[in-house]
Amino acid sequence: MLRTAAVCGRFLTPSAFRTKVTMSRQLHARRLEGIDKNIWVEFTQLAADYKAVNLGQGFPDFSPPAFIQEAFCKAVGGGCTMHQYTRAFGHPPLVKILAKFFGRVLGRDIDPWEDILVTVGAYEALFCSFQALIDEGDEVIIIEPFFDCYQPMVKMAGGTAVYVPLRPRSGSGMALSSADWILSPEELEGKFTPRTKAIVINTPNNPLGKVFQKEELQVIADLCVKHDVVCISDEVYEWLTYDGAKHVKIASLPGMWERTVTIGSAGKTFSATGWKVGWAVGPRRVMTHLKTVHQNSIYHSATAAQEAVAVGFQREYDCFGTKESYLKQLPEMLHHKRLRLAQCLQSVGLQPILPQGGYFMIADISSLKVDFNDPSAQDEPYDYRFVKWLIKEKGLATIPVSAFYSPEHQKDFQNYIRFCFVKENATLNAAEEILKQWNIRELK
Amino acid sequence: MKAGRRVRDAIGQIQGAGAPLARVESAAAETQDARCCMTVAPQALRRCAAAWRLSGRSPAPPCSCSAVRMATFRHKNAKRIEGLDKNVWVAFTSVAADPTVVNLGQGYPDVPPPSYVKEGLAQAARVDRMNQYTRGFGHPSLVKALSQVYGTVCGRQLDPFKEILVTVGGYGSLFSCMQALVDEGDEVIIIEPFFDCYVPMVRMAGAKPVLIPLRPKSGMKTTSSSADWVLDQEELASKFNSKTKAILINTPNNPLGKIFAREELQAIADLCIKHDTLCFSDEVYEWLVYRGHQHVKIATLPGMWERTVTIGSAGKTFSVTGWKLGWSIGPEHLVRHLQTVWQNTLYTCPTPLQEAVAQGLQKDFQRMGRPDCYFSSLAAELEAKRDRMAGILCSAGMAPVVPEGGYFMIADVTALNQDLSHMQEDEPYDYRFNKWMIKEKKLAGIPMTAFCGDDTKRQFEKYIRFCFIKQDATLDAAEAILKNWSQQTSV
Repeated sequence: MLRTAAVCGRFLTPSAFRTKVTMSRQLHARRLEGIDKNIWVEFTQLAADYKAVNLGQGFPDFSPPAFIQEAFCKAVGGGCTMHQYTRAFGHPPLVKILAKFFGRVLGRDIDPWEDILVTVGAYEALFCSFQALIDEGDEVIIIEPFFDCYQPMVKMAGGTAVYVPLRPRSGSGMALSSADWILSPEELEGKFTPRTKAIVINTPNNPLGKVFQKEELQVIADLCVKHDVVCISDEVYEWLTYDGAKHVKIASLPGMWERTVTIGSAGKTFSATGWKVGWAVGPRRVMTHLKTVHQNSIYHSATAAQEAVAVGFQREYDCFGTKESYLKQLPEMLHHKRLRLAQCLQSVGLQPILPQGGYFMIADISSLKVDFNDPSAQDEPYDYRFVKWLIKEKGLATIPVSAFYSPEHQKDFQNYIRFCFVKENATLNAAEEILKQWNIRELK
Repeated sequence: MKAGRRVRDAIGQIQGAGAPLARVESAAAETQDARCCMTVAPQALRRCAAAWRLSGRSPAPPCSCSAVRMATFRHKNAKRIEGLDKNVWVAFTSVAADPTVVNLGQGYPDVPPPSYVKEGLAQAARVDRMNQYTRGFGHPSLVKALSQVYGTVCGRQLDPFKEILVTVGGYGSLFSCMQALVDEGDEVIIIEPFFDCYVPMVRMAGAKPVLIPLRPKSGMKTTSSSADWVLDQEELASKFNSKTKAILINTPNNPLGKIFAREELQAIADLCIKHDTLCFSDEVYEWLVYRGHQHVKIATLPGMWERTVTIGSAGKTFSVTGWKLGWSIGPEHLVRHLQTVWQNTLYTCPTPLQEAVAQGLQKDFQRMGRPDCYFSSLAAELEAKRDRMAGILCSAGMAPVVPEGGYFMIADVTALNQDLSHMQEDEPYDYRFNKWMIKEKKLAGIPMTAFCGDDTKRQFEKYIRFCFIKQDATLDAAEAILKNWSQQTSV
């Protein structure tokens, strides 16, 4: 009937077709199956609708540092070339400084033309990695909790995600720090099969805030080498470590440079998430495949933004390790906000897990019993319902942590919600007010 | 083989005085040539293991061997990008980057964008919130401005949140269409000459590109206008079958500059409806339409809105190709699948750039239809450059095909009779001509066969594409070269 309708289309009024799907076969490609839901789309909209105090999505609500804003304005006001196409794999000044900067960090020569790809945010670097390297039937190990996009990206590439969870260390009391959440080496080893093509790691981790120690990375590295697997290392929060925790690059471990794609983000480095400039760094023979995906999908990211990031990195290269360095100042500033939020959450009866790094803190809500009274959300995990209730009833936006778990493990991790503390004091004050007024203790 | 020797030397050293592991590893890692790895690997595996045993070190780490072994098998590319590594822009951009070469190759303006657009960006960047993430499917002020502009142009109400997706350039929109709506085993019809990325994108989606060429109207040996190039209707109809998922059209066309007339689009539309296929309409040059011609949106033809995704570009609209912002407009039941792709690939486009484009669109929307509207004023400015370009190409003995729209012109170089037999034989004539022209004449274009499939290479290999959205100084320099062409003929 639809087909006949389509053929007669010209003779029917346009309004007859307005709600009808006119194609008789499936419209969307199979690769989209099961990846249409997205937590950010859903929860960002909700937070906006209710004008909630937003500790949900991970972006700063304070300004980027003056030097980077000036660099952008200068680039914008610069010559013609700033507004036209640049080199597909990365604007030359940017790839050159990234090669120098990370070459010094890693203690090796990085070729700016072969070993680096500049992408539209770290998101695109992840996308290119999966599309370039994962085929139908390949397995990709993902450590839970994970930044939610890894799973749909693996799926879209035809791969199978295999999950291994971080778990609170058993034994002495509650796991109060992200350092207490660990992998079981035996469990991890058991996940490697002949079909394993890659493992994705994220350190510092989103949402937990764990900073993987060198020994922990060595365990992963040994398995990568033994099973000849590629490591995709998402290090967007690499500069944000607290309490003396040290960020270690897995690519710096023996045998790992040649099998690791290390991903970074200007948005997280310079508190300018809206610029969408990221990069992937790795050995030429792997990077060449990411470049093929990139040149056939979006071609390149905005020139002026790349120019500004290049200027920012040059400055940071020159003052690295000194007190002028933004890479030092930002974690120092966030260190206090992190403690402040943790204290506030504790004081109202929530149990935070103190992160060693990153933008986020998760808190255990299992001691609370709230009557949601929201039939629309019946089938959803507890934390999803809690977060929606918190937005609608209390005007505070957070993110449910089970969104960062696989479908198979979601039910075991429904009792945590994620807060972003990279916010200006006014926002944190407002959040504190809401939490204090809530008088959670009465609910227990 | 140098690297292979380094690995062997390093292994030798381990056997001797116990060279540090790091040196063996770094030698293996430096092995850039995969072929070298493959020949070295089997021996290296055995000898490395033996060397470690001999040196008394334990345990024998697998790293150096695996580094070499890795290149032989496991870390090859996924099948979807097999054969897609070549790219004409990557190839020719570096060649033409030589500042002594007059670059009429890649399609970007060397004239400044309108000042209010640049200022809009500078202002946006000064607002804190504009430096952070915005709505994934498009910054609200931008999608609203787009719905106004295109709602007016199309004569329909556009839902800014459901019927529009903002992407990284027109490229990003094309990619989203393919990934969202084209499956393995599908066929996609592409009209030649085509913007070169269409074929790799179709292939990356696992589908088969089905090509059909525009040809000079029957009886015409030389053509002077892009309007003289047409599709054969029977041939077009024969390309549609039950596997055809979509047809991809580009109007105004790159590289030819053809603007498809209403009747031509109607013929395509009829086939789309008859065969129940989708239409992806790349209209990035939609405002660059010269006098006497009219851009028609295929989505406005009866029965077409519900099966068409129309693609536009801020880069081409406002002469800011480096901003890499574009958009897809279509019915919700199609756009929502593009949005699904988007949320799983890039998630969102840069915020300040979107805000600036929104403001630019608002400004020009107010002036639409007036000569001071940038959409019209740019076309007027370019028409003069087009005519000038045609004239100077003629003076060199080339036969330009004057475009009805867009900012490219192709020219037939047959009459120059340039002998290129001394150059690499397996390349089509136009690739050789362009390389020769860059080297000998210091003038860069783009070879036309970059825009066609293998079967039509013969038809197109005598044409070079020139971009004329260039400032007067660049056109002056091109003129100097072209006017003196025959005097400088060498080889």
